[in-house]
Amino acid sequence: MPPRPSRAEARDRAMTALTAAALALTVLLLAGLITLLAVRGLGAFRVRPLDLLELRDGSRLLVEIRDRERIPAGLPGAGHHRIRARTGNRDLTGNDFLWIDESEIVHRSRPRDAALLERLEWGPFLGFAAELRRDGAVLARGPREAFEAARALLPAKRAQWERIRELERGEIGAVNRALERLRLERRALARRALPPEERERRESALAASIAEQQARYRELAGRLDALRAGFERERLLMRTADGREREIPLGHVVRMIRPNALGPVARAGVYLSRLREFLLDEPRESNTEGGIFPALFGTVLMVLIMALAVTPFGVFAAIYLREYSRGGPFVRAIRVAVHNLAGVPSIVFGVFGLGFFVYGVGGVIDRLFFPDALPTPTFGTGGILWASLTLALLTVPVVIVATEEGLDSVPEIARQGSRALGATRFETLVRVILPGASPGILTGLILAMSRAAGEVAPLMVVGMVKLAPALPLDTEYPYLHLERKFMHLGFHIYDVGFQSPNVEAVLPLVYATALLLIGVVLVSNLAAILLRNRLRRRFASPHL
Amino acid sequence: MAPGPGSQPTGPGQVGRPILATRDLSLWYGGSQALSEVTLDVPERQITALIGPSGCGKSTLLRCFNRMNDLIDGVRITGDVLFHGQSILGHDMDVNALRKRIGMVFQRSNPFPKSIFENVAYGCRIHGIRKRSELEPIVERSLRRAALWDEVKDRLHESALGLSGGQQQRLCIARAIAVEPEVILLDEPCSALDPVSTARIEELMRELRETYTLVIVTHNMQQAARVSDLTGFFYLGRLVEFAPTGELFVSPRDPQTEAYITGRFG
Ligand SMILES: Nc1ncnc2c1ncn2[C@@H]1O[C@H](COP(=O)(O)OP(=O)(O)O)[C@@H](O)[C@H]1O
Ligand SMILES: [Mg+2]
Repeated sequence: MPPRPSRAEARDRAMTALTAAALALTVLLLAGLITLLAVRGLGAFRVRPLDLLELRDGSRLLVEIRDRERIPAGLPGAGHHRIRARTGNRDLTGNDFLWIDESEIVHRSRPRDAALLERLEWGPFLGFAAELRRDGAVLARGPREAFEAARALLPAKRAQWERIRELERGEIGAVNRALERLRLERRALARRALPPEERERRESALAASIAEQQARYRELAGRLDALRAGFERERLLMRTADGREREIPLGHVVRMIRPNALGPVARAGVYLSRLREFLLDEPRESNTEGGIFPALFGTVLMVLIMALAVTPFGVFAAIYLREYSRGGPFVRAIRVAVHNLAGVPSIVFGVFGLGFFVYGVGGVIDRLFFPDALPTPTFGTGGILWASLTLALLTVPVVIVATEEGLDSVPEIARQGSRALGATRFETLVRVILPGASPGILTGLILAMSRAAGEVAPLMVVGMVKLAPALPLDTEYPYLHLERKFMHLGFHIYDVGFQSPNVEAVLPLVYATALLLIGVVLVSNLAAILLRNRLRRRFASPHL
Repeated sequence: MAPGPGSQPTGPGQVGRPILATRDLSLWYGGSQALSEVTLDVPERQITALIGPSGCGKSTLLRCFNRMNDLIDGVRITGDVLFHGQSILGHDMDVNALRKRIGMVFQRSNPFPKSIFENVAYGCRIHGIRKRSELEPIVERSLRRAALWDEVKDRLHESALGLSGGQQQRLCIARAIAVEPEVILLDEPCSALDPVSTARIEELMRELRETYTLVIVTHNMQQAARVSDLTGFFYLGRLVEFAPTGELFVSPRDPQTEAYITGRFG
């Protein structure tokens, strides 16, 4: 008979099992989270077939089937299955989605001509093409012919749309900014004490410039009107499954497909084109459609600016604490305070950022450098700089702690070796200690950047917006506009998922955005970890 | 130099011209005294060994020669340390220039977390030689003199931390040699090494003696007997006896020295 395990041994085994179970559960949760986001997020861009449903009451519907479930007890038809179907055509019916009791369906089919139009406005349109018209004259008739003719025109229409957008944003925007600048100059002039003839000369010069810009504006506006008129000339007459008609300006169509007629390659093409739109385009329809590029860009830029601010700040503080201070209760107290700073709720930093950076520093900057724009604030309102600095403050303890650990990992005798060769304290710091501590510093930076990328709450009050009119980085001097408001993936998720009236339609977008946010954090971490490991290999010390 | 009464160098300072000397040197770490009125002359181009039981102040004395004690808080010194007859304890002393002329090798090898090349070039870079074309011959010469060149010439740009303990210690010697010092202080350079590496370093020290003045602290009396020209025996912070090595080991004058070298304590 084998000896019975002793009590201590049994306890040991139970402990092993318990810890292993805890780890397994954690891994399972993480894997589940990633899988859910990946499946739902990447599924968002899939091409789904269109089903033509005939119901018992004689009505006909063209839908994308999204879900199927048993009707819960207590509802009419309990026990049957029901499907959640996307009907589109919000401009006609007022809603996008319907629950349909399967027992009501008498016939299903997948007509090859069923078409899905993604539009600039009103969401998708599901139906059959009937006629393509230009200025009222028919160019093509019949579901297939009209569809194909329209699709052939689509690239040109998209190009026109891009041109209109460019004109509005770029050139007209530039004229508007020039006018605003001239207006401020005129105000500044009015406040200055000048000899009358000098004043008159300047005023007339200003007036001439203003008139010139206004003329330019009128010219551009005329061109814009002409472009718009051409943009709306072609219209596609669409017919719904139940026979209602709608004329859709072709310019407003982003993408048109006949899902049931597409082969696997064409589907993959549509998938990629949708993915591209998601990643690289601007949002439409108050963020519920289109892409998330400005949010992605804003998040990355904000984190980079934050890293630029937090690195010197945190590293210098840590160097002082570890290398220059002589220890003692004061330094210990500071260290404890720094560590505790990491535990302060992030919204508190947001409030501090608003009070200190935005109103305090920003207000002073405005009074000193932008007095003519007042009372409109320039830096005295939320912006990407203040958001970055607020997050830098939030993450500085992480960098300090990691840097101190990195400095500690450089052995004391390495410092002495350097000093014994006649190096000063500063030379030793720069040439021996900092290189040796660099893996630790990078670790801190990685942690800080991940934390910053995922932080949303404090940004709400210091410059993050649901829709920013322009990117903080563009081709207009001075290129990097630190005072501009910016969009952020985290806030985008919240805004799209929980603030939009059409939750069902945007849910896949929410998953995709969440996946992207995780991707951004992951990629930045991975890059930093690779860099750190390279440094480690270079400075690896077998003694440590 | 005019030493006062009672500060005559112990033992024969006449072997060579003294390059380093202490006069009534006492040192305190805070309240505890580590050196008491040490007076000795280190002759040029000789190997001077400092022996004595652990904690008797050998390392402390060594650190006085290149003022490494400055890095320790609460050190107080009286008496004097002379280099070429000039005091080096003054506030106006350029300590970093002094350390260039008096190199040091530590008990535990401490290569920098850099490549072998950069380790040797470190001191030169600090003292203003930046050009690679100038550094390369210096690095090669130093590594050759430290008897390490043949082992590392193919991996000069790999991390120095990949070397064995004995190689690392020779690298530290090469690093010290590279800045052309006059004196090299070695603080128990072999205590962490195996016998083969120890033998190589001892051989190396005998070669270096042609060019440099060496002061070596050692725990190992056989080592002192093998390599050194002069030996000083320390006990409780005092220099008990300082004599040519053969004399000190064969016919020690002081009973404490005799007790120590015959292994009755320490
Ligand atoms: N940095 C220091 N701070 C305080 N006391 C020290 C320090 N270094 C050495 N001591 C003390 O000074 C005495 C001599 O030390 P040391 O010179 O290291 O002896 P040895 O090298 O002969 O073993 C010892 O009692 C030791 O405890
Ligand atoms: Mg010692």
